[in-house]
Amino acid sequence: MVRTDVQLMLDVKAGDGNSFELLLQRYRTPLVNFLYRMVRNREQAEDLAQEVFLRVYRAREDYVPSAKFTTWLFRIATNLALNSVRDNRYQKLEVSIDAPVSVDAEDGDERTMDVPEKHPNIEQHLVEDARRKMIRHAIDKLPEKQRAAVLLHKYEELDYAEIAKILNCSESALKSLLFRAYEALRVELAPLVAQHARH
Amino acid sequence: MSCERMESRILGYVDGRLKESERLELEKHLTECAPCCLRVNEFTAVSGLLDELPLIEPSPEFDTRVHARVAAEPESNASWWAWMHFSPRIAFAASMLLVMTLWLGYRTGTSPTPNIPNDDQAMMQDLPVLEDHDVLQNFEPLKDLPPGPEDDDADAQQPQRM
Repeated sequence: MVRTDVQLMLDVKAGDGNSFELLLQRYRTPLVNFLYRMVRNREQAEDLAQEVFLRVYRAREDYVPSAKFTTWLFRIATNLALNSVRDNRYQKLEVSIDAPVSVDAEDGDERTMDVPEKHPNIEQHLVEDARRKMIRHAIDKLPEKQRAAVLLHKYEELDYAEIAKILNCSESALKSLLFRAYEALRVELAPLVAQHARH
Repeated sequence: MSCERMESRILGYVDGRLKESERLELEKHLTECAPCCLRVNEFTAVSGLLDELPLIEPSPEFDTRVHARVAAEPESNASWWAWMHFSPRIAFAASMLLVMTLWLGYRTGTSPTPNIPNDDQAMMQDLPVLEDHDVLQNFEPLKDLPPGPEDDDADAQQPQRM
């Protein structure tokens, strides 16, 4: 029988290291992906994900299953990501005086990603690559709270109540936040949206 | 349903998270409202585009790094406060001991200490004795008593009155 996250966490609290290992295996990929999409730097995303697991481990003795484990986990991750994004923004502002950061430089990490080679046709691959860059760039342009809301809603498939708790807002405020985010994406991705709608 | 109400439900509709009754109500509105219908199509397209982003895998060193950081943590963060938290009887006994110690200390600190009188106070305290002395000296029946040995000594030390 598969143990729930809460059961695993309570076992970690009782001193069971194997349960922590199971939580690590269960959430390392979603966390790294969420953080990568938030901070747009793979190395930084992995550092932050490690920090999330470390904080979970440190908090094991005080853990009380008052909320869903994922709410707690992604709340830690979101707070770390938002702080990191803000810090990076200030750093970029300082750097941009002399050397503006280009979109290509920001997307440098994409080349290290494990993207499966589905299409042997180089031209088609380049088109898809450009398309993904455009989508990523549209997500990056969102204000960080909107970006976090979209990522938690779309990729982590958390429900509205969970995301509202993570972002510390009401459910109605979250729905409004998501609507504005999708509106911004719709405008930013207009050519692709039109293309997608035709198919 | 109004177009304003659509705002809070459109994403739920696109992702299939609406209740059956809400979905039917929304679909009824869509048959009557072309702008909302267009928006639903566009949001569906945006959602589809977001699906195109591939997942990345954590690096092979990821787990090792987490394990190393966890291993560097102290064995237990439990302080003696935490220990007391889980031993309420001991915590109660310790509290009572502390209260008793403080109470005894207070008692000792405020207990009446012997006042050391100064000369004036000593004299005032001796006044009743002096009054008794006068009464005894002038008490007629006592004058008939033979002198005691102390009086003899006193007489011996005094010069003989002739």
